[in-house]
Amino acid sequence: MNPQTVLIYDGTFDGFLCSVFIIYEQKIMSPVIRKESQTNNQLFTITEKVITEELKAQRVWHGFRKKTTRNEQRDFFKVFLSEIKGVENTLLSYMQTIFKKKLNKNIDFSNKDILKISQVARMVGREKHRMEAFVRFQLTKDQIYFSNIAPDFNVLPLIIHHFKDRYADQKWIIYDTRRKYGIYYDLQTVEVITFENLKGITATTRKNAYADDEVSFQKLWNTYFKNVTIKSRKNTKLHLQHIPKRYWRYLTEKNNI
Amino acid sequence: MLFERIQEKLSILADAAKYDVSCASSGGKRANTNKGLGNTTAMGICHSYTEDGRCVSLLKILLTNHCIYDCAYCVTRKSNDIKRAAFKIQEVVDLTINFYRRNYIEGLFLSSGIFKNPDHTMERLISVAKKLRLEENFNGYIHLKSIPGTSDELMRQAGLYADRLSVNIEIPTVSGLKLLAPDKKHEDFIKPMEKVKNEIIQYKTERKIIKSTPKFAPAGQSTQMIIGATGENDRDIMYSATYYYKKFNMRRVYYSGYIPVTMDDRLPSIGSEVPMLRENRLYQTDWLLRFYGFSVSEILNDTHKNLDLDIDPKLSWALRNLDLFPIDINKADQRMIARVPGIGMQSVYKILQARKFRNLDWTHLKAIGIALNRAQYFITCNSKDFFTKDVEPYVLKRKILKNSKSKYHKYYNQQLSLFS
Ligand code: SF4
Repeated sequence: MNPQTVLIYDGTFDGFLCSVFIIYEQKIMSPVIRKESQTNNQLFTITEKVITEELKAQRVWHGFRKKTTRNEQRDFFKVFLSEIKGVENTLLSYMQTIFKKKLNKNIDFSNKDILKISQVARMVGREKHRMEAFVRFQLTKDQIYFSNIAPDFNVLPLIIHHFKDRYADQKWIIYDTRRKYGIYYDLQTVEVITFENLKGITATTRKNAYADDEVSFQKLWNTYFKNVTIKSRKNTKLHLQHIPKRYWRYLTEKNNI
Repeated sequence: MLFERIQEKLSILADAAKYDVSCASSGGKRANTNKGLGNTTAMGICHSYTEDGRCVSLLKILLTNHCIYDCAYCVTRKSNDIKRAAFKIQEVVDLTINFYRRNYIEGLFLSSGIFKNPDHTMERLISVAKKLRLEENFNGYIHLKSIPGTSDELMRQAGLYADRLSVNIEIPTVSGLKLLAPDKKHEDFIKPMEKVKNEIIQYKTERKIIKSTPKFAPAGQSTQMIIGATGENDRDIMYSATYYYKKFNMRRVYYSGYIPVTMDDRLPSIGSEVPMLRENRLYQTDWLLRFYGFSVSEILNDTHKNLDLDIDPKLSWALRNLDLFPIDINKADQRMIARVPGIGMQSVYKILQARKFRNLDWTHLKAIGIALNRAQYFITCNSKDFFTKDVEPYVLKRKILKNSKSKYHKYYNQQLSLFS
């Protein structure tokens, strides 16, 4: 039996690509790629720590790009962002199939990895759309439109483009409370930000940070929302299918103000 | 802004607008220019959903619910005793911008009761759109309702600022319109539609010569019909719809189950069931006509004047044409595969792709995601195992119904019980 080699990487996309690089470079036979943050107590394994180097990552991605379409590349990235446990290994095996195939030949859609990848990519894609819909900005005193979200998958990198394009003339922050980082647009570029010491922030400090009209507009929106329901057609099941309860927390119209 | 007053107006004027089912914000494309506010993408976003499960993507309100007319089916009609309100132009602009900036909406859908006369009303609607575009540099979606009887010149202006224009035909037949909206003339509806169509065509030709011709209603026009207010059958409705699609290049026709809002002998009484299932069947038919290559006379004709409520129109068509089935999934052309009950357009493309590599069998078809509980009776594939029995359509129908539970089952039972 071949001993397994476990490659431990830092959790970034570049880090993952570097792991692939090393697997090819060292011709590792049965590799497993795993995030640093995931503990592992397996016996009979060799562990290797991967150092993330942009150049190596780029080489792998470049090779992948040559043999895939834009859509396939996008799906690949989406699947990575799903953060599903063990997803790195599906991606690796898929990448190996791609590197083996001849140029310009279509892919067989009934391949197991490919089915799985298109499935997960669709799930992540759906979450991206949800976040584009469910972000609710609140205007702060310093004229920044601020929103909290808690998506199922790590979709912030996927929604940057949409929000930057649409809200080009206002400053905004979208903060992922589950992954504890956010994106900030300062009218020029989008940057990744983190907050220190979030614990000190209470509901009242937050209210005080609002711009003067903020609460009024939230009330107006809720008034609007209440008045567009046609009661004789009420359909709670359908409603919950569209907006599952776990998203309600950050939806203005689902909270009394 | 005086928020309390605005809040009251908003509740009145949103409430009055909600019976308009047209909610699409899609189909247009407007890029964000010069770092302004907003864009309109080809796929509109539903930012929220009402408790009856409808998409909320636009701020949909009336400018005012004062009206000089008295259409029987409308809550806003003159003789109805309700609270009236009117927004100022700037108020609508502010609401739209502030909602948009908070990512509540994709844009504005503005309609109005008719005050003074059609042109005067339309002018106010246009001012809102114009202010949004020119003063606020707003590139989000704007849908204006064209007021029946508006002059051509105003329709042209409206199209310059709006993404979509619509005139609701409301009542599918001319006789129904006479009965329920005596003040309105059929031509008043037709004229603005004709104008919009001509302007769009003109825009497209001019566009070829001069690149900077201003955009004219890039998302086209749509209309809405009320279903079940007068006695028209499904055939009348779908033939009218087809007429509007063809004649005026409509993007969408909406079908809205009539919700009784008034006591009037000419109409179903308050409390009657909203014909949701029928509405749904009409949308399915609309879909089959627009995307599946069916012609309207295949689905509705002199012998088949109404859609079945218990099964969808495609299955119903297939059961009436059993002699065309079964088809071989590995050989049939796209047109026929699209006609198999239980196979959606998405799956059609997947089948065409996948069968290039191998002959498909039941497991493949299942993985592709087609609804085998219906499709299995109409197809053969790479398997010796398929449905061979020659059965009567009604037997097959019973078989299929037994194995599938429609999400509309509940309504179906309710509506059936109305007749028993
Ligand atoms: S003109 Fe329009 S708003 Fe006025 S009563 Fe008729 S349908 Fe209603």
